[in-house]
Amino acid sequence: MTASAGPLQQRAEVLSRKQIGAYHILTLVAPGVAERCRPGHFAALAVGGPESGMLLRRAFSIYRVRESGTYGGTLDVVFDVHGPGTAWLATRGPHDIVDVVAPLGRPFALPADQVPCVLVGGGYGSAPLFTLADRLRERGCTVHMVLGASTEQRLFGALEARRSAHSSVVTTEDGSVGVRGRVTDVLSEVVGRSGAAVVYACGPMAMLAAVAGVAEAHGAWSQCAVEEAMACGIGVCMTCVLPVVGDDGRTRMVRSCVEGPVFRGDRVRWSDVGTVPADALGAARGGP
Amino acid sequence: MPSPRDVDLRVDLAGILLPNPVMTASGCAAAGRELDAFFDVADLGAVVTKSIMLDPRAGRPTPRMAETPSGMLNSIGLQGPGIDSFLGQELPWLARRRARAVVSIAGSTLGEYAELARRVGSSPGVSAVEVNISCPNVANRGMVFACDPYQAAKVIAVVRRDVPRGVPVFAKLSPDVTDLVGVAEAVVAAGASGLSMINTTLGLAIDPGTLRPVLGGVTGGLSGPAIRPLALRCVWQVHQAMPDVPIIGIGGIKTGFDALAFLVAGASTVQVGTVIFHDPGAPMRIVAELRDELSRRAFTSAAQVVGLAHTPATDSLAATDLEGLRTP
Ligand SMILES: Cc1cc2nc3c(=O)[nH]c(=O)nc-3n(C[C@H](O)[C@H](O)[C@H](O)COP(=O)(O)OP(=O)(O)OC[C@H]3O[C@@H](n4cnc5c(N)ncnc54)[C@H](O)[C@@H]3O)c2cc1C
Ligand SMILES: Cc1cc2nc3c(=O)[nH]c(=O)nc-3n(C[C@H](O)[C@H](O)[C@H](O)COP(=O)(O)O)c2cc1C
Ligand code: FES
Repeated sequence: MTASAGPLQQRAEVLSRKQIGAYHILTLVAPGVAERCRPGHFAALAVGGPESGMLLRRAFSIYRVRESGTYGGTLDVVFDVHGPGTAWLATRGPHDIVDVVAPLGRPFALPADQVPCVLVGGGYGSAPLFTLADRLRERGCTVHMVLGASTEQRLFGALEARRSAHSSVVTTEDGSVGVRGRVTDVLSEVVGRSGAAVVYACGPMAMLAAVAGVAEAHGAWSQCAVEEAMACGIGVCMTCVLPVVGDDGRTRMVRSCVEGPVFRGDRVRWSDVGTVPADALGAARGGP
Repeated sequence: MPSPRDVDLRVDLAGILLPNPVMTASGCAAAGRELDAFFDVADLGAVVTKSIMLDPRAGRPTPRMAETPSGMLNSIGLQGPGIDSFLGQELPWLARRRARAVVSIAGSTLGEYAELARRVGSSPGVSAVEVNISCPNVANRGMVFACDPYQAAKVIAVVRRDVPRGVPVFAKLSPDVTDLVGVAEAVVAAGASGLSMINTTLGLAIDPGTLRPVLGGVTGGLSGPAIRPLALRCVWQVHQAMPDVPIIGIGGIKTGFDALAFLVAGASTVQVGTVIFHDPGAPMRIVAELRDELSRRAFTSAAQVVGLAHTPATDSLAATDLEGLRTP
């Protein structure tokens, strides 16, 4: 990555904040950022204002960008109020300032050929999939979407999925809309029926692990965007690591903020996330 | 009042000349490369690299961090690529960018520290060595070197022996001791050119859901503005006891005024750590703010304020125009 394609830090003005179901969509004016964004990139937002005691930035997938317009480039994120940081963001309105660093991370890898693709989103995890769907369709790929959540309130973008994709399936755990159950209950059928070559996924870790398994069972590639706690988001602190197998077959503790958040699903050691596997590079010595 | 442009920020740190007193703190800037997107790392006083060990190291299990009021806990466990990879890839990059590199080393035995000192000491492009002694000593039931003046001094002695004379060696002190001045005196007697203080202080966070420790490593190092008063006190006490020993002040520095506070408490330079996570541009912002803070108090150089707080207020170089200056 060249310096000019790297992240920018900006004091971005809030253009709007809208509520959709359980989520908020925050639109920030961030000229220069939009042009650099690819599907799967994320943004890190400072929370609490200049005197905030909340030191760490909050990471959010980039939902969509507009390269120019009346306000210059804009950037949208979708978020759920989880704790004090996101609660603060949920009180931002037009003209407020939010300090943003973006784009960060490695985006989704796009297939070279015109192949069928399945995009799987859990909860707000669907946010980065719509720009991805646009890119894939531009390349002549067929796009199928599977979106799931616990309830209809927590489902994001079901309508947009119908517009963005050639086919879409929705699941909710309470059955309030779509198929009752989880995305993984329907995924195998969708992947089989579509003959997908690539499965893209963003959502909770357990969902990603399951998606990677389904893709592998069908001989498809998977590209999974993970969500690990991050202190810096820019690659300097080593907080956000997970065990990933490299080209050489070695497992390394890899930074999800710069080498991810998108990983090949078959390379992540899903059942070992949260641990340092004994065969990981540098694990033998234990110690502090 | 001198204009900010006329303020001379150059400092002499134990014989090395730096363009300004602001450095990055070890473990908070990797080896400088990632920060290059936000500012030119060659403009910094120096880049202090992540503590490097002899062999590659996977570190501790996740979660490795917990946010705390005005700070954070970390338990990274010194994850790193090992000295070969560091000297082969990261150090040459800093040299190509003409950034001043202060290389931080960490070991678990005296032998490892000595070997690291030999490897780093014989490499070109090293402005100084910082010795992270907040590591468990395998030969002493895992007791942290920094917590025992005798063991701390032994580490510094073996490192000093193998680092060329012209390259200063800084001992990085832990605040988790009862007699900080005692440790400081011991490492200086063993050959430390100066002191970096402070490293993180040990803390713990409990998860409200599981009612168990949040961190995979159970305890973690507390850093950020939360520890700034503790760090300032440490710098003050050690400068008081040993006014001629160069000190690098570290702990929660967020603004130019924070940097100034460390200088007047007795530090010759400062390091910015955790605040980089909040604001990746912070180090160079702090350089500019420090310039302003000095200028509005009618100081013409950074060097002239070092230790100023230890002189009675009436004798101090009084600011000519105190308007608008309030206790922050
Ligand atoms: C790459 C990435 C993309 C993400 N995309 C989205 C998104 O599009 N929409 C959305 O609503 N959320 C997203 N998240 C999760 C979001 O970052 C957290 O919900 C948010 O940080 C919570 O902050 P808080 O202050 O409200 O909660 P608190 O729990 O009080 O946060 C305390 C600390 O823990 C960290 N933290 C807490 N939960 C998470 C989590 N799930 N993941 C990572 N760090 C966490 C926070 O960053 C903070 O440092 C993403 C996370 C990552 C890493
Ligand atoms: C994530 C993280 C990693 C760190 N790693 C190291 C390290 O490898 N070596 C070291 O000497 N100090 C390390 N430190 C300590 C810092 O260099 C610094 O001494 C401490 O954080 C206090 O400064 P701050 O409040 O500005 O962060 C680390 C701190 C953090 C937050
Ligand atoms: S969050 Fe700091 S390295 Fe990834």
